[in-house]
Amino acid sequence: MSARRIFSRPARFAAIAPYVWMVLFFLVPFAFVLKISLSQTAIAQPPYTPLFSLAEGWSSLSDAFAALSLDNFRLLLSDDLYLASYLRSVVVALTSTAILLLIGYPIAYGMARLPRRWQGIAMMLVIVPFWTSFLIRIYAWVNILQHDGLLNQILLALHLVSKPVVWLSTDSAMYVGIVYSYLPFMILPLFATLTKLEPALEEAAADLGATPREIFWLVTFPLSLPGVGAGALLCFIPIVGEFVIPDLLAGSKSLMIGQTLWLEFFTNKDWPVASSIAVVLLAVLLLPLLLYDRLQRRQLEESR
Amino acid sequence: MAARASRLSRFNVASLTLGLAFLYLPILILVIYSFNASRLVTVWGGWSLRWYHEFFNDRAMIDAAWMSLRVGATSATVATVLGTLAAVALSRGQGFRGRLLFSGMLYAPLVMPEVITGLSLLLLFVALEVERGFWTVTIAHTTLTMCFVAVVVQSRLVSLDRSLEEAAMDLGCDPFRAFAMVTLPLIAPAVIAGWMLAFTLSLDDLVIASFTTGPGSATLPIRIYSEVRLGVKPEINAICTLVIGLIAVVIVIASLASKLSSDRGESAAPL
Repeated sequence: MSARRIFSRPARFAAIAPYVWMVLFFLVPFAFVLKISLSQTAIAQPPYTPLFSLAEGWSSLSDAFAALSLDNFRLLLSDDLYLASYLRSVVVALTSTAILLLIGYPIAYGMARLPRRWQGIAMMLVIVPFWTSFLIRIYAWVNILQHDGLLNQILLALHLVSKPVVWLSTDSAMYVGIVYSYLPFMILPLFATLTKLEPALEEAAADLGATPREIFWLVTFPLSLPGVGAGALLCFIPIVGEFVIPDLLAGSKSLMIGQTLWLEFFTNKDWPVASSIAVVLLAVLLLPLLLYDRLQRRQLEESR
Repeated sequence: MAARASRLSRFNVASLTLGLAFLYLPILILVIYSFNASRLVTVWGGWSLRWYHEFFNDRAMIDAAWMSLRVGATSATVATVLGTLAAVALSRGQGFRGRLLFSGMLYAPLVMPEVITGLSLLLLFVALEVERGFWTVTIAHTTLTMCFVAVVVQSRLVSLDRSLEEAAMDLGCDPFRAFAMVTLPLIAPAVIAGWMLAFTLSLDDLVIASFTTGPGSATLPIRIYSEVRLGVKPEINAICTLVIGLIAVVIVIASLASKLSSDRGESAAPL
């Protein structure tokens, strides 16, 4: 016990370097996003009017507060384009998460029922595609879904369609891409929960006369809900801000908010509007982020 | 064992098979077509290394690949040191001030949309008036990947038998020596896996690199992305195949390392 306490003090010192790093490169940058979201757009380099600089002393601070403007946020509210983007992002993320759950659960369930020595291999097989580049995996689907790609060739050869179907630049292509990319994120937390379930519980239910279906819905599924929550959040949050997949696979008719932010930043060079988009996006994601943080922490404390 | 195996229903087997096919077939198709002699995806022109030649003669692409490898190796190394320290602090340092904020800052980037992380870091770099290029991308990638390292190492530390460290200290080791001689060798597989994960994540990232890089220093994903927007090109298939090959080597090394050290760990345990 005493040794544990002795170890604890230097362990706390270990926090200093990563702590400083994260404050400097993760927390402080958000202050800049907030600051620039409140400033005016200007045709300059960098393209915004500086609010204040410490070099001019603290007296400039009061001027700066007077100059704060909510114009960018007003713009976000007044233009339907932005609201539509936010809405589309949330709808796409919810739909994808539901599809991911429907596909991922049976796979994770199958993995959890494998003999123990096979489970490690199955888990490895699910993780490996996650290590292969995200961009490459999306590109692989561009290969398959393009006009003269493999999918159309197969469909034509089987006489299921008479002329090539347009797959690329559609919402279905985007959903395929999202499900493909995020599937490991859904499977792994589900598998972690399912594999920890006590088999005796299911056996007891069977002994008491429950059918396999009843066992699943009354015992297994309710007990796996923490895994469902973790997987859903792990997919939902990043999908809301997704840029690459909708950009390469979906059409350009309606944009997700990540694409709108990208457009404002790189094409329109409107940094203040891009920043306010980011601030609102963060506000939208705050609740799921807090939930996720709590789940993550509880999971690590429990396994201790 | 037999009782466990028999729990596998036909539905379980089908969903496993289909799921794995879904995960692997697209990558397999991509690799096969990188060896296609024909420029058209519709036509199979026989096996050929033509597109690999094309890549090795593409100066801009090679430069981008070199840039990515350097960023990946540097950021993964820094991220592994910082992430391991963070993991030790979280799992061994009890209740220090700001622990809640610390763990929150480490978990948030795992799910934070990359457009937000990228934009916020860029605004910081612009405000500090640093020249953007290799170092800004490296710092950005370190920030993201150290969180993944921290989670990987922390899960190993949490499952570790702490009586080993305590025994070392009871036998007269100071905490630093106990950590270096006992804890570190035991968590080495997780630390190595963390480095590999950090490296591949950095090699993969498009969004954060696009925000934080400067003119003339594009990474490989940035080059690939600008090519892919113009359509499918067999040369890109070749590059992707090379990247997949590199990552496969990295994974094999990582799993060998973890196997070796777990064997050693088991034989050391009875002592």
